[in-house]
Amino acid sequence: MSIFKSLPFRNIAGKPVRSFVLVLLTALLSLTVMGGSLIVSSLRKGLDSLEARLGADVMVVPYEQATKTKIEDIVLQGSTGYFYMDKTFMDKVAEREGIGEISPQFYLASASSSCCSIPVQIIGFDPETDFTISPWIKRSYGKELGKLDVVVGNDLNAFVGDTLTFYGQECHVAAKLDKTGTSYDTTVFANADTIKALIQSSLDLKMNNFSDIDPDKVVSCILINAGEGYSADEVVNDINLHVKKVKAIKTKEMITGISDSLSGVSEVIGILIAAVWILGVVILLLAFTMSVNERKKEFAVLRVMGASRRKLAAIVLQEALITGIIGGIAGVLLGLLIVLPFNSVIEETLKLPFLLPGAGGIAVYSAAALIAAAAAGAAASGISAFRISRIDTGLILRGEN
Amino acid sequence: MILKAEKLSREFIRESRGTNRFIAVKETDLTVEGGIFTVIMGRSGSGKSTLLNMLGGLLEPTSGKVSYDSVDIYGLSDGELSRLRNGSVGFIPQGQTALHSLSVIENILMPYTLFREDITEAEKYAEELMERLDIAELKNEMPSALSGGELRRMAIARAVIRKPGIIFADEPTGDLDDENTETVFGFLRDSARAGAAVIAVTHENTASKYADRVLRMTAGELQG
Ligand SMILES: Nc1ncnc2c1ncn2[C@@H]1O[C@H](COP(=O)(O)OP(=O)(O)OP(=O)(O)O)[C@@H](O)[C@H]1O
Ligand SMILES: [Mg+2]
Repeated sequence: MSIFKSLPFRNIAGKPVRSFVLVLLTALLSLTVMGGSLIVSSLRKGLDSLEARLGADVMVVPYEQATKTKIEDIVLQGSTGYFYMDKTFMDKVAEREGIGEISPQFYLASASSSCCSIPVQIIGFDPETDFTISPWIKRSYGKELGKLDVVVGNDLNAFVGDTLTFYGQECHVAAKLDKTGTSYDTTVFANADTIKALIQSSLDLKMNNFSDIDPDKVVSCILINAGEGYSADEVVNDINLHVKKVKAIKTKEMITGISDSLSGVSEVIGILIAAVWILGVVILLLAFTMSVNERKKEFAVLRVMGASRRKLAAIVLQEALITGIIGGIAGVLLGLLIVLPFNSVIEETLKLPFLLPGAGGIAVYSAAALIAAAAAGAAASGISAFRISRIDTGLILRGEN
Repeated sequence: MILKAEKLSREFIRESRGTNRFIAVKETDLTVEGGIFTVIMGRSGSGKSTLLNMLGGLLEPTSGKVSYDSVDIYGLSDGELSRLRNGSVGFIPQGQTALHSLSVIENILMPYTLFREDITEAEKYAEELMERLDIAELKNEMPSALSGGELRRMAIARAVIRKPGIIFADEPTGDLDDENTETVFGFLRDSARAGAAVIAVTHENTASKYADRVLRMTAGELQG
């Protein structure tokens, strides 16, 4: 006999409404686990990647900028606000104690570009001293960037070999970076020579008034790694104490804000999952209890035919597992359907870096959600199964004619 | 197969009546042998179903014992007793007992499929039984499409599909017309002729025509 003809399957098919409700309930349970864990893990991964990408212990920015805007918004969310300070600060800072690696970055906004409808952030770096972006570019590109070579973030609609035009200047896309879940995904990286060419071109075309910014004379920020034996705190304090008109910020601190809101979001999601589960399990319990009362006669008839108490319990459990697995799969698919296509919407809404786990991670979460839902169904039915096994056949057969 | 009941009784707790304990079946001795068709008659509420359920292993007696071929059935484990019920006992309960998610033939074969046993042989026998009970053309219908009498005959076929050594029937003709009543009693008698111990509870006087032995139940007491 085919398994689909076995009694638990037939009972499920024979009672479509009851089965549908049970499937729906377990689907809801697995959906919350799936969606919740996917969102939380994506946020964690976004944060991790952010930490890795920042790659510097300390960031130095112009003092007035640090008071005006939240630096982390600019760095992490790509808000287009741009600021510059004289390059001499670079030397002043470099003289301080405890500096290990130090390299400037130069920010440029492009209001129009051939790739994108939104303004993209262009970050210029100094290939000689850079320690944050180069290792990462080397990994995706394999060589150093030449003049008018750019590396694009993962979300930009440009691919290796494409030509992008910024301020009328054609640039060659040398590499595309992996997804980071940060503003780096919409950033274009170029070396200082390229930046200079772009500024010159914008001036020639009178597209922008960049006349007062010269990449040879100004920088946007300075990235620093503490030297051996020095902590980031020491470096920050030393700079803030001795170098005027700049502000040193510990990058970890910028992330703290994000990491705080992340734990806030995780907590809300956790509470949501718990609430749905408590409700769902209570309803499941009720549903199974009701269905046992309704099905007493049916079970008594099976007893008459020679089903043992254990056999009846097994039938009930199998039914619960089948609806649990179907519901679990439905919930997982629904979760994927909601989170995967709308991950950028979620990122926008939460204003936090969001990086989906890889296929392996998604498989693990799917399995966990499925198992949790099926187990909840089985556990809820377990009580019913026990009650059924207490049924006194003779009494039930007499009671309902 | 020999069924033996010794000093079998059953009490129920009743809140509403004056006395709390109500004796539905008074101490009863009964022996039924294979090949014999026994009919128990009696008024409603006299304890017939209670007695039959105890004899069939479905209701624990308050006192006394029931044995099949000298095996004390209430001394068996639930699993053992269930096996015995599946293989050696055919029980047709009072009232409707169809499994509504299964078709007529699937209902009849359930004693096999419950344990995932092969049904090729059994299916042939099921068709034979349906023929005899005049429900052959309903083979693939769902129970909801059947009349009360047709459902009753389906339950009879289901009870005897394993050719049990003991057959119990509680009001097997409750909702049957005269013609079908004769068919069913004839069928039960033939089952006894084939070697089974058959015990039927009924109001129907025609049953005595077919029975080898008629017993009366009055207020919990069984009389020869
Ligand atoms: N579970 C129970 N609790 C209390 N009283 C019961 C219970 N089962 C049976 N009785 C009582 O025992 C008596 C015998 O019941 P039983 O069902 O055996 O009668 P019966 O002879 O089969 O009647 P009928 O012909 O109407 O089916 C009745 O008075 C009934 O009320
Ligand atoms: Mg009765």
